[in-house]
Amino acid sequence: MARIIVVTSGKGGVGKTTTSAAISMGLAKKGNKTVVIDFDVGLRNLDLIMGCERRVVYDIINVINGEATLNQALIKDKNCNLLSILPASQTRNKDALTLEGVEKILEELSKDFKYIVCDSPAGIETGAHLAMYFADDAFVVTNPEVSSVRDSDRMLGILSSKSRRAERGEEPIKEYLLLSRYSPERVKSGEMLSLEDVQDILSLHLLGVIPESKSVLTSSNAGMPVILDEKSDAGQAYDDIVARYLGENRPHRFIDDKSGFFRKLFGGK
Amino acid sequence: MSLLDYFRTSKASSASLAKERLQILVAYERSSDKQPSYLPELQKELLAVIQKYVNVNKDAMTINLEQNDNRETLELNIVLPDAHPV
Repeated sequence: MARIIVVTSGKGGVGKTTTSAAISMGLAKKGNKTVVIDFDVGLRNLDLIMGCERRVVYDIINVINGEATLNQALIKDKNCNLLSILPASQTRNKDALTLEGVEKILEELSKDFKYIVCDSPAGIETGAHLAMYFADDAFVVTNPEVSSVRDSDRMLGILSSKSRRAERGEEPIKEYLLLSRYSPERVKSGEMLSLEDVQDILSLHLLGVIPESKSVLTSSNAGMPVILDEKSDAGQAYDDIVARYLGENRPHRFIDDKSGFFRKLFGGK
Repeated sequence: MSLLDYFRTSKASSASLAKERLQILVAYERSSDKQPSYLPELQKELLAVIQKYVNVNKDAMTINLEQNDNRETLELNIVLPDAHPV
């Protein structure tokens, strides 16, 4: 049986797709057969972040409608052969995504893969609901910013009441916090919510803090999940996150401001 | 307080203001999530009945449903005006 992870946030633009791409690559690189599914029907972007946009032939809606088999729609990642991508449809109506269709796809993928990562669209509409409905674990991506924290809290309410696990009265979805676009410097100067502030409100199990990083943009420019940029701080942060999720005990990083006067003076990062 | 401290505290207020606003909002939204959906309608109807007899403002009434382990309490709070009869 596969473990189903939903990457969610409620709010848009906080780093869900960046996170989905990075953690699915991280899980696969560590030897786990992994598939990442884009649930953002109508606005697909995971293919672009993963660098496989020109290899998309069939999508999840084609599979649901029986126009293609799952194997025809799955794209093997070019960097890691244990990773596959199931793209969203760009043209169809988002209502084409159905609960029964998604359930069938997840069941079939469960036979073959160890981890299924569901990249949720923003908002709380059909796509977001279906992305989280069957999940075992939820990675809640949050920015240290008021609207993002509020939306994350709303999302936590939805996870604990509207998921299949909740409806069946099973053990609830395991919820993890990924605090992204964090700037220790700005936290220190009091202009940004700290990890502690966010945790006082959400109180989740912290998987990791991802610092605000230039490499997120340069990686997406190139269509490479940022975790492959092993020298970058964001890449390392995601590597830590995957390792911690798999049970490794790694100390948290990127929380404190290390940029001293001299490092600032010489342009150190 | 030194001049330096003054700048520090004024800067620190932005994040702490954010946290304070969030804590209030999130607490409110969490509690209203747990309330049944008929509550606003009930409040409206109760208010209409009361307004037949007493001239109360609609802001002068609050309704709250609390759920404990084995007990539910419906709390109705109405601030009456100084002169009772309409």
